Amino acid sequence: MYDSMLGAVEMGLLYAFMALGVYITFRILDFPDLTVDGSFTTGGAIAAVMITNGYAPWLATLAAIAGGMLAGMCTGLLHTKGKINGLLSGILMMIALYSINLRIFGGKPNWSLMGDTTLFSSINPLLVLPFIVLFVKILMDLFLRTDLGLALRATGDNARMIRSLGVNTDNTTILGVSLSNGMVALSGALITQYSTFADSSMGIGMIVIGLASVIIGEAIFGAGNVFRATLAVVLGSIVYRIVVALALYVPWLRPSDLKLITAIIVIFALVFPSIQRFLKQKNMARKRSLELAEQALSSKRGGTIDA
Amino acid sequence: MLKLDNVSKLFNPGTPDEKIALLGIDLELLPGDFVTIIGSNGAGKSTLMNIISGVMKPDLGSASIEGNSISHLAEYQRSRWIGRVFQDPMAGTAPRMTIEENLAMAFKRGKSRGLSFGVNAARRAMFREELSRLGIGLENRLRAKVGLLSGGERQALSLLMATFTQPQILLLDEHTAALDPSRAELITKLTESIVREMKLTTLMVTHNMEQAIRLGNRLIMMDKGRIILDIDETRKKDLTVERLLGEFETISGHKLADDRMMLG
Repeated sequence: MYDSMLGAVEMGLLYAFMALGVYITFRILDFPDLTVDGSFTTGGAIAAVMITNGYAPWLATLAAIAGGMLAGMCTGLLHTKGKINGLLSGILMMIALYSINLRIFGGKPNWSLMGDTTLFSSINPLLVLPFIVLFVKILMDLFLRTDLGLALRATGDNARMIRSLGVNTDNTTILGVSLSNGMVALSGALITQYSTFADSSMGIGMIVIGLASVIIGEAIFGAGNVFRATLAVVLGSIVYRIVVALALYVPWLRPSDLKLITAIIVIFALVFPSIQRFLKQKNMARKRSLELAEQALSSKRGGTIDA
Repeated sequence: MLKLDNVSKLFNPGTPDEKIALLGIDLELLPGDFVTIIGSNGAGKSTLMNIISGVMKPDLGSASIEGNSISHLAEYQRSRWIGRVFQDPMAGTAPRMTIEENLAMAFKRGKSRGLSFGVNAARRAMFREELSRLGIGLENRLRAKVGLLSGGERQALSLLMATFTQPQILLLDEHTAALDPSRAELITKLTESIVREMKLTTLMVTHNMEQAIRLGNRLIMMDKGRIILDIDETRKKDLTVERLLGEFETISGHKLADDRMMLG
């Protein structure tokens, strides 16, 4: 039990990069980007192939990030220059990447890194990962406060306004989707090295896991400002992995039920706040109308007594 | 300053819904001109704003600022010269970002945006000073999310964001129409003082006839995509709402029809 919890925290930290990537598109750009399922595998594939061919693990990881960014850039271009609906651009790119990833794998759908040197060969992941995740998170926070970062955030918040202030929102969208998929591919590359294994289906359902991490994190830890929100996403990714690990202890659940459980978590997290908001508004409206009606009645009564 | 040459714009050309939005518009603004525009529904006032700001491209004709043609430039490229306040108070600000972040974005109007921090100590001091000119206490709420502000406060902030970098042209598109009367009055007063102090060349669309007469040094009346009346400073001095309505009916041959028109 203790071991599986530690494992869950490790996984959560590794997937946190992917969740931060999803946060950029889903929350900051308000662009539901499904490229993630493909670019996660792209990251894993590039890292696996390069490492088994003798390249340094850090170089393979950087190449994976670049590959992910390139995939993101394609999605961004399809959406902004090709004027294709955002969801569809992501799906198209995801399908295209499926073939591209198999090409990278050299036609071999799964690769083992058993015996190769990876980033985690000589260090305990749990000792270094928290610092790397924190470093990337802070880097992202700082970027989002620069002039360029503000323009990126405004693109998702009020595109019309930021255009009227001189920003080409096509470029900021492409930049945001690229950065996002770079993070996702980084996550894929690290997972591959951690598990010493990559296969062509490793990215399936990744977008939903990313969404689950973002939503769980925001629900538990809040998202007042960017600093808080990115922290919440990282913690959300860890909480998600712990929930998954715990779910596997439930006797009548099978490991293959995982994706269903994830989908249910996301559905619940998306539906619950809007129901809550609706009820709150309804109660408030009723309370205020009662108050106002009472005021009106009492002043009327006051009027008759005076007369 | 701003020059429009024979600008025309059709909506849905060649279909049964074809509509003339602008037809052969010639307009020249001199530096420091403050022009108010009135006209009935569908007269082309908003289209004119959209053509100048680059949101729409004209079917015919050209536009230039200070002698440089801007016809081929997209909206984000023209914003270097043009500040704009929209009718919708929600349109001019980013709600999930703070007041100081919004100002930081406006501060970089038309300039390249790099990796220096949007808000630093020097800029924050400058933002605070600029905000205090609005006189509504926003200078004490620099880190509040703009989404928490009222419509009037957001519009005042939009006005500041559109003007404090001193653009060559200021476009005001019925920017007080969505506010309640007291807030509209506040924004009108702020507009007047900012335009006067910064000597901004301004084009203001309004539904308020009294306001159109009181503000600015020139008044333009539009109908069915044309400029039908152009009143200069001297003639504008003895203009009244009744006279203006009368002029409109004589020239256009129909009554000024606008469900939102306020006589003042």
